[in-house]
Amino acid sequence: KRNQCYFKRSLNVVCTSRFWFNYRHVANTLSVYRSVKRLGIPDSHIVLMLADDMACNHRNPKPATVFSHKNMELNVYGDDVEVDYRGYEVTVENFLRVLTGRLPPSTPRSKRLLSDDRSNILIYLTGHGGNGFLKFQDSEEISNVELADAFEQMWTKRRYNELLFIIDTCQGASMYERFYSPNIMALASSQVGEDSLSHQPDLAIGVHLMDRYTFYLLEFLEDIHPSSTTNMKDLFKVCPKSQCVSTPGHRTDLFLRDPGSVLITDFFGSVRKVEITTDTINLTAPMVHLEDTRPVRELRTEIQTYMDQLPVAEIIHQKPKQKDWHPPDGFILGLWTLILLVFFKTYGIKHLKHIF
Amino acid sequence: MNVAETVFIDNVPTTETDASPPSVTEQKADEADHVLDTMQTQDFPPPSTAKDQFQEELVIKPLHSGDIYASFQFRTQWDTDFLLGSKVSHYRLFPKSLGQVISKFSVRELHISFTQGYWRTMQWGQPFLPSPPGAELWVWFQDTVTDVDLAWKELTNVLSGIFCASLNFIDSTNTVQPSASFKPLGVGNVTDQRFLRYAVLPREIVCTENLTPWKKLLPCGSKAGLAVLMKSEKLFHSSFHSQALHIRPVCKCKSTSWELRQTLNVVFDLHTSGQGKREWSLFKMFSRTLTEACPLASSSKVYVDITDNPQGELFELSPATPLVSQAVVLGDGRTYSVYDLTDHATFGQTHSLNVLLRWRAAESGEMLRPLLHGERYVAGYGLQTGEIHTLVYNNHPYRAFPVLLLDTVPWYLRLYIHTLTVTSKGRDNKPSYIHYQPSKDRLQPHLLEMLIQLPPNSVTEVTVQFERALLKWTEYTPDPNHGFYVGSSVISALVPSVVAMDTNNTQERPLFSSFFPCKEESTYFMRIYTEPLLVNLPTPDFSMPYNVICLTCTVVAVGYGSLYNLLTRTFQVEEPSQGLAKRLANIIRRLRGVPLLT
Repeated sequence: KRNQCYFKRSLNVVCTSRFWFNYRHVANTLSVYRSVKRLGIPDSHIVLMLADDMACNHRNPKPATVFSHKNMELNVYGDDVEVDYRGYEVTVENFLRVLTGRLPPSTPRSKRLLSDDRSNILIYLTGHGGNGFLKFQDSEEISNVELADAFEQMWTKRRYNELLFIIDTCQGASMYERFYSPNIMALASSQVGEDSLSHQPDLAIGVHLMDRYTFYLLEFLEDIHPSSTTNMKDLFKVCPKSQCVSTPGHRTDLFLRDPGSVLITDFFGSVRKVEITTDTINLTAPMVHLEDTRPVRELRTEIQTYMDQLPVAEIIHQKPKQKDWHPPDGFILGLWTLILLVFFKTYGIKHLKHIF
Repeated sequence: MNVAETVFIDNVPTTETDASPPSVTEQKADEADHVLDTMQTQDFPPPSTAKDQFQEELVIKPLHSGDIYASFQFRTQWDTDFLLGSKVSHYRLFPKSLGQVISKFSVRELHISFTQGYWRTMQWGQPFLPSPPGAELWVWFQDTVTDVDLAWKELTNVLSGIFCASLNFIDSTNTVQPSASFKPLGVGNVTDQRFLRYAVLPREIVCTENLTPWKKLLPCGSKAGLAVLMKSEKLFHSSFHSQALHIRPVCKCKSTSWELRQTLNVVFDLHTSGQGKREWSLFKMFSRTLTEACPLASSSKVYVDITDNPQGELFELSPATPLVSQAVVLGDGRTYSVYDLTDHATFGQTHSLNVLLRWRAAESGEMLRPLLHGERYVAGYGLQTGEIHTLVYNNHPYRAFPVLLLDTVPWYLRLYIHTLTVTSKGRDNKPSYIHYQPSKDRLQPHLLEMLIQLPPNSVTEVTVQFERALLKWTEYTPDPNHGFYVGSSVISALVPSVVAMDTNNTQERPLFSSFFPCKEESTYFMRIYTEPLLVNLPTPDFSMPYNVICLTCTVVAVGYGSLYNLLTRTFQVEEPSQGLAKRLANIIRRLRGVPLLT
């Protein structure tokens, strides 16, 4: 059995809702992001997608903060956040491209999900959804069939070793019904026909701060530290019906290992194996600061100066002045003379007296 | 204000302690020894002076309206040539990500700024470094680049990854190639405007995710020096926040030297951050005090503008400092109290510096009359046509000066250039230079550049009518009822200065006064931005496809269904069912072969 420590962790955390009253979805996403960062996964392995900006929204009474608990106890936005896709960039197309890796060649590394067949991927989605779909930005949807096909593409292209899919929307269980690729474990906040509810409003900010499922998930994750041995069975017990009002669901039939043997830190945390040695190691010959052997270009032939920022004369004479074209002088006069001559030649001079 | 006689103010500080830096290179040698110690043993001779240096400064300027303006500038200067054949691989103070960007895309100059809020010139005066709301990027490429558009596209994508901003939305529909504005700010001779690209994204949001990578580019990060003051919760709770990055080659007169300037301008509001009390301190503004200078910096200073407070009658500045410096900034001579953070005595007994300004008298915040001021608005009604008005104010009593107006209008506002009028003081003012590039639908925006001579003490109005286009339904943003933004106009001007400007660009000057190079003594270059516009385009109702499908299907079902039934339905007469006794009797009769009862 391969030691799970040797698998890379990658994350894709997505918030799909726009507008200020969907503050709680951004808070959900950021709290999961914050938990995994705390447990050791670096930003280079996380693709964070936020469909709208809540922290610096003009409606936010405390700018640059997103709170998850009322009375502003916990700022999940923090000081060290890196949002990879934000605003209008969060679309179904971009999400699927990130998953399958079919991005344009000039996409920077921070916007790619750099995963291979030795990666354990966690995908967290939150927003508004329904039976079989999830709404993106109030204008488009992703269906459960599309998502299942995307995961199958990832499997055939060997882009993951194991995948954990968590979704916190209304009727979330419908989104994982159609999965058919191996090694996927899925959790949802509510069954088909049920709505996921929000947790608590904050009267100062004026909106609901978190959804119930993610609130209790965050509380559960706060107890996890990088070396804890809690397994997935405890994660399935998060937020029972008494707390969540909806019934969270999970799906493990596609997963090859027993969920009881899967640690939470296999997906949420990353522990680097460190081997401490007390031997001293001699480095090779000390590094010499190389003198710049390239010839320094001294005393240029032309002295470089700063440019004139507004060279008025140069600008005016930049474009040649467009003169209106007039026909050459006398041309019209000559033209009329020619017409008259031809007329009189043809019809005879006796018509001349009618003109003059 | 003596305008008649030009007063030449020396830039050398009048009183200073003996820690004056006569030659910056000598100081750097000491620091270089410490840094390179790990690389060499004692047998080797000390290395030559390090080729890069870092300076940081903070300028605090109290504004007339009671707000306070803080401007951070961090400059890293490096004597190297990115574009020479051999690759540069050893980076020390200069950030590696930017160095690689410069060499890969053959960038000559790069200027990028992220701004939240609009600079109110009438209340706050002129900023040290202007920037438009949203994100602005303009780049000069080297003349060795063959495909500038491709390099531009890749550069914007790379920068969007570095700064966590959606700069990848910059494409040909919002990129222009100005023909006369945005001349290079660094040294060089190339002025072929084919290598210049300018784009602005007025909708771009600035938040902590843009500040975090920006802070990571500083040599000390946000751990030491002036950058410890940059707490996002305080910086974004302000009326104006702008962070920018400028890379350009500067003159070292012996070799090329690259300069990276990172600037952050923030204006704190009296009522939201100051709680209405006219008393400002570093702790109140940034929720932190200064404890040390950045160890890698050759100079680290805090300047407080005390020009309006020569005898201390307006406000009281504590802790007191003997250092006073005078500089010519924005055409005017200003006096500054200087706190030198490299000097340990500045921090006093408490090992922390908290600059405190306390006002004695309540001052009315009257509006200023800046020399140059611009405004822009959309006139008209309805969703079909409109008119863009740009007003440029010249408040100088007797001097006229030229301004270059650059307008970039997206293609979906179809400008009618034959309706373009430029009027000053009621009379027509013909621009000496007009460059207009018409838009192409979905390909490129309108570009209008005009050189206008502004008469003294006047308002110049530029109006142009436009028509709104109907977009294809996939081109609308997810929230189209918010409206569509039109980027700010850029007004570049040579403004007459109150005092003589110093044209010697190689002399050491405070960073905030040495950004725009000076060529003449009597004028200085200034760039101002107008407001961005927000226009509504005719927006369809996006639920209509669903409504249409329902309605059509209903009509078809009802109409066609009825017609089909009418055509194919046949009527048959049916016997009413008989009683039980009769049915039994009929069964027996059928068996007997006798005619049935009816």
